[in-house]
Amino acid sequence: MNLHQFLTPIQDICRRPGPFDRIVLTSRVRLARNLKDTPFPGRASKQQREDHLQAIQPVVQALNPMKKGFSSDLVSLKDLDRQLLVERHLISRELAKKKQGAAFVLSKDETCSIMINEEDHLRMQVILPGLQIKEAWKAVNKLDTLLEDKLPIAFSGRYGFLTACPTNTGTGIRVSAMLHLPGLVIAEHMQQTITAVNKLGLAVRGLYGEGTEALGNVFQISNQMTLGETENDIIERLNKVVVQIIENEENARAKLLESNPEMLFNNIGRAYGILTNAHVISSKEAKNLLSLLRLGLDLGYFPDMDPEVVDELFIVTEPGHIQFKEAKKMSPEERDIMRATQLRERLEGMAKPQMSTASDEDPPSQDPEGAEEEEGPSES
Amino acid sequence: MICNVCQKNEATVHLTQMLEGEIKKMDMCESCAQQQGVDEPGMPLVDLLVGLGPSSSEGESQSKSSVKVLSCEVCGHSLADFKKTGRLGCSHCYQVFEDQMDPMLRSMHKGIKHTGKTPKNFKDDRALRDQLAKLEKDLNRAVEEERYEDAAVLRDSIKQLTASPELSDEPSVRP
Repeated sequence: MNLHQFLTPIQDICRRPGPFDRIVLTSRVRLARNLKDTPFPGRASKQQREDHLQAIQPVVQALNPMKKGFSSDLVSLKDLDRQLLVERHLISRELAKKKQGAAFVLSKDETCSIMINEEDHLRMQVILPGLQIKEAWKAVNKLDTLLEDKLPIAFSGRYGFLTACPTNTGTGIRVSAMLHLPGLVIAEHMQQTITAVNKLGLAVRGLYGEGTEALGNVFQISNQMTLGETENDIIERLNKVVVQIIENEENARAKLLESNPEMLFNNIGRAYGILTNAHVISSKEAKNLLSLLRLGLDLGYFPDMDPEVVDELFIVTEPGHIQFKEAKKMSPEERDIMRATQLRERLEGMAKPQMSTASDEDPPSQDPEGAEEEEGPSES
Repeated sequence: MICNVCQKNEATVHLTQMLEGEIKKMDMCESCAQQQGVDEPGMPLVDLLVGLGPSSSEGESQSKSSVKVLSCEVCGHSLADFKKTGRLGCSHCYQVFEDQMDPMLRSMHKGIKHTGKTPKNFKDDRALRDQLAKLEKDLNRAVEEERYEDAAVLRDSIKQLTASPELSDEPSVRP
């Protein structure tokens, strides 16, 4: 079976429901583990990496949750397939750059993914839809416990699990939630939110993790500290923060609707107009507009639309997925045209947004130009 | 700090080397360092240490002029490699670069002692140790309270526990 036959169609993945999935796109827990007394991938020779891979890969594939899964080394993976896996968050950008001795294993339902010879010998992650941090931890913890009987894992009573980078030492855990926060962005409360979250020792990053931009109003919140706290402490804290942010986002949306509905309608209406009519569109623009469409859906302005379509478009309009669909390498210009075509086709027949304020049943008739300059109310 | 060799001048060259799993440190003035050929790579510290007695264990290893030849015997990662990449070379490096680890980890994390998940085989070990500590406490109390029959029972339990093989496998990381 090749990768393309194995991967679940993106529309099916987007149809998997999760708690609070209006705002929380996915929850993810990753563990970093290493073999003891042998060089980490960054220090190891090609031969050593190859030996480590031979030792780890069959063991991982035989674990119960990974049975009937898919595994491949990076050497035999085409560039486009690497990109596809990164866009689906199944492998990291770092692993996608590696060749000799690096590999990954996916579980049948693609919720578990294990990377071999990334920065550490083993990086195991479980990714679930919606707010399911605790469930993801349970699943990845189970994998880890199964593995510790079968491989000599580097562990010290004092420092915990030993990792290549000291920032992961201890629990080796990275807990993260991917949040869609258009309300907080439009109300200009995001900077405040980031500052508050940082104070709690948590990081806020963009869509693809470290060093990436928050495209489409999607933010990733994750822990930074891994030593001196239990996994449960870290998970509880992150969960609490995410629940608070969900509430803030809901409040921001409600306040915008109350104080400045025209601005909101304008943003959503324009997003609809461009997405259904554009002939050339960049990945960045598409994401930012799809975010507004999603907001419109959440607010009930597109009653006839299948809510998963936007999530699906969010992924299939990524460069790798566009080229995968067309089964060829394309220049950025070609991709921008193809992206616009796909968006028009997929959104064809989508009814205009039905937006109105509570007091006024008809859409506002005044010219909404210039409304963008107005500021949202500041939160207490 | 005074030079370990001439015992006169101020030591400005601080040498750290890994020898048979032990960290050896030397502090020298510049002229003695030159005489001893510290600049030459691969110079064995053991030659220098002979006849000089134990060097101070309170290292001034952070000094700017220090010459670093500390490296891991498992993977060959040197302190310079560690400083350059910010990455350890293997799990054993955590012991080799122990002096550097604590301050670094303290700046990054909530604490410097692992309190999270422990692999099963390790956990057994810890549980056993906890059990032993409790028995010893009980024994002391029994003796204090002159309950000698109880004490005898406790002493036997301790003997039994300490004879079990799990305890011999103490992790080699220093406390």
